[in-house]
Order: sequence, then structure tokens, then C-alpha cells
Amino acid sequence: MSVRARYEKELGCVFDSLVLMCRHIELAIEKCVIALVDRDSDLAREVCAEDRIINEMERNIENACLKILLLEHPVAGDFRAISAALKMITDLERIGDQARDIAEISTHIGEGEYIKKLVHIQEMATIVIQMVKDGVHAYINNDLELARTLDKTDKKVDELFKVIMGDLIELIKKNTDNAEQAVMFMMVTKYFERIGDHAVNIGEWVEYAITGDHP
Amino acid sequence: MDKQFNITVRGCDLHYGDFHALKNINIDIEESEVTAFIGPSGCGKSTFIKTFNRMNDLIENCRITGEILIGGQDIYAKGTDVTLLRKNVGMVFQKPNPFPMSIYDNVAFAPRTFGIKKKGELDSIVEGSLRQAGLWDEAKDRLRKNAMGLSGGQQQRLCIARALAADPKILLMDEPTSALDPISTGIIEELINELKTSYTIVIVTHNMQQATRISDKTAFFLLGEIVEFGFTGNIFTNPSDKRTENYITGRFG
Repeated sequence: MSVRARYEKELGCVFDSLVLMCRHIELAIEKCVIALVDRDSDLAREVCAEDRIINEMERNIENACLKILLLEHPVAGDFRAISAALKMITDLERIGDQARDIAEISTHIGEGEYIKKLVHIQEMATIVIQMVKDGVHAYINNDLELARTLDKTDKKVDELFKVIMGDLIELIKKNTDNAEQAVMFMMVTKYFERIGDHAVNIGEWVEYAITGDHP
Repeated sequence: MDKQFNITVRGCDLHYGDFHALKNINIDIEESEVTAFIGPSGCGKSTFIKTFNRMNDLIENCRITGEILIGGQDIYAKGTDVTLLRKNVGMVFQKPNPFPMSIYDNVAFAPRTFGIKKKGELDSIVEGSLRQAGLWDEAKDRLRKNAMGLSGGQQQRLCIARALAADPKILLMDEPTSALDPISTGIIEELINELKTSYTIVIVTHNMQQATRISDKTAFFLLGEIVEFGFTGNIFTNPSDKRTENYITGRFG
């Protein structure tokens, strides 16, 4: 048994909290997409309200990490794990903000029929949810291979971003009345693209935690 | 740069009677750097540091093989002037150990031993050494007072001043702050940082944070062997050996 059982318990608490924060974020992304597709404003408001919970989780994890840094002076792998957690929660919190922003946009799109089907946006959402999950799981399980897949997966997100942008530009060209919704969808798409980037950042911090090198 | 006071160790083994205390030690310690030795009690750090000024010569049944070179010269070669070696390689110990005499006489002890008699010259060495050790302002008005009246932190700085007064090129420090309060520890750590431009400094410490703060390179000792030696930043953020990681993260044992 380790001679630092209490310390390991504290590290374990940080890991558990990260997994919980990650779960909340997955749900926030899932819900914001449903709110958008189904025009469910109640669900959108729920996502906005729950963002406060995610922000609080970030602060709690941050406090736990700072306490460990202050009291335990972690070094080597422990130091990297705590530093990575501190950086990852910033990305996770931003992802939460972006899910909230998407939910907010969904309430401002208006009553009119959507100018396009949201298949690609839903596809983007599915991919980024998996990326966030993979990032946190790679961290918890020290899975370097999984962490390194995130950058590659993000290319699919970027491709979808380009496809959706192309579609929206065509729709605006076709009929300027489409512009109002198109701008909203562009913003949503951009937020998903940013979520993908944050997930890549998470993967890079996982790589640092495992190898000591930040790509 | 003239590398006269690098320490090079090749294939060093040391036995106390039947006990094999150091096993095949190889290390290069650079001039103008601080090198920290870390490791659990009894792993050979202090034994090793003492080989650099042949203090182990004084221990019965101590047998040493291999090479320890300072500036390329084998310090265990026949005909080595051990007194000159110890002048060049000063040492500060865990517990402050001022001589029971005045502050001035403590610092003047080594230069007098090496034949300096002129008062003006001695005064200058005493002042210079006390200044280097950061003790001058506190001690200048009480130089003739007994050194035993100084606080623990002041006594340790006096011991550093006493070591510096011999004009060494290498300074060995065996847990120099372990008996001191955080303020005195901070002063001595600052001092080490200032001294390293002029001296090769080797420090044994059990304080991991101290090693990270003050040393350029760190060697981790375990059971008489060097497990890992490298840049302190690397050792403490990304050690290459699992045993180093387990020790510095407190998971050893």
C-alpha cells in the first residue's frame, strides 16, 4: 500500500469530479442539440441553468487541485496529472459555455421553418461529445493512444464545418431571406467546431500528463 | 571556460568493512552548477559527498576503489596533498558547528592555518567571507563575541563563511538547512544561488522542494547506487526511472 494514502485519495477525488463534470458536459451538448432540432425552449433554458453547475464544478476541481499543489507539493507524474487537470477544466468549462450559447441561440431562431435539415450539425455534435468523453477517459486511464486520436477526429469536425458553411452560403445566395437563420446556424456550427478544438486541447494535456511533453 | 573544478567519478565503489556502501558510481559534476543528491536515509549520499574531500579516510575499514577526479586529477592518487584538497573542497554540515571562539576567529581559522598572519589581510578575508555568507551586517558589531551566541541560522551562515574563508573552489553541503527555520533556510538558499557562479556546489538534501528550487542537476541515490542523474527540472517533472518517481512522489516503500 502506498505510504501516501490520503494524498492518493485526494487525487482520486479530482479524477472522480472530472468524470462527473465531463458527464454533465456531454449531457449539456446532447440537450442543446435536441433543444435546437426540436425547438424545445424549456430544454434550452435547462441547459443555460445547468451551465452554472458546470462552472461551480470547475471552481471546485480548481480548488481541490490548488489545495493539492499547496499542501502536497506534487512532483513528477502527480504534478503533471494535477497541472493537466487544471488546464483541462478550463477547456471543459468553455465547452459548457458553448453548449449554453448554442441553447441560447436555439431560443432566438424564431418560428419559421428551418432553412435546412440539421443532419450535419447533429453529426458534429455526436462527434464532439465522443471527443470530450475520449479526452477525459484517456486522462483517467492514462490512455495515450486514445488521447492522440482526438486531433485526427477533429479533422472530421473541421470537414463538417466547411460543408455546413458551404451549404449556408449557398442558401443565402439563393434567397437573402435565409440570411437570418443562416447566421444563427453558422454561429452554432462555429461553436461545435470550437468544442472540437477544446477537446483537442484536452487530448494534448492528457499527452503531457502521460509523457511530460506537451505537443 | 576553464573547467578546473569539475568532479568526475568513474566506477567508484566504497566499502565499510563488509558493507558495500557505494556501488559503481559514475557521475560528472559541473563547475558553476548546484548538484543535489537526494535519496532515502542510508542510501549513500553523505558517504559519497565525503569522498570528494577524502573525509572517509578518517573512517576505519573504509575502502574505496575507482576514480574520483577533480579538474582531471585523481584525488586518491598517491602523493595527493589532502590538506590542499580540503582547502579547495569546503564542507558545511547538517548541524551548525561553530568553534567555541569569537565570530572573527571562526572565520579567520582557515586562513591562519594556511599561514596568513597579517591583520589587515585577515580582516579583509573575514569581512569578505561574512559578506558572501550574508552575515556581515548582523555580525560586524560583534565580531569579537563568542559565535555560540548566534542563532542557529546565523551559526550556519557563519559555518559557510568559515568554509569560504579557506578560498575553496568546491562547496559540499550536507543537509545544510535541515535544522533551520524557513527564514534562515530561505537566506541560505538565496546564498547558494549567489555562490554558484563562483563555486561548484554539491548539496545533500531530504527536502525535495529545496532540490527543485536551488539545484541545476539532481542525482537520486538508492541502496548505494545512482538510479538517475539529470537536470532537476526533468527529474522532478518527468523522471525516467519508476523508482525515482516512487521516491519523489512519496510512494516509496
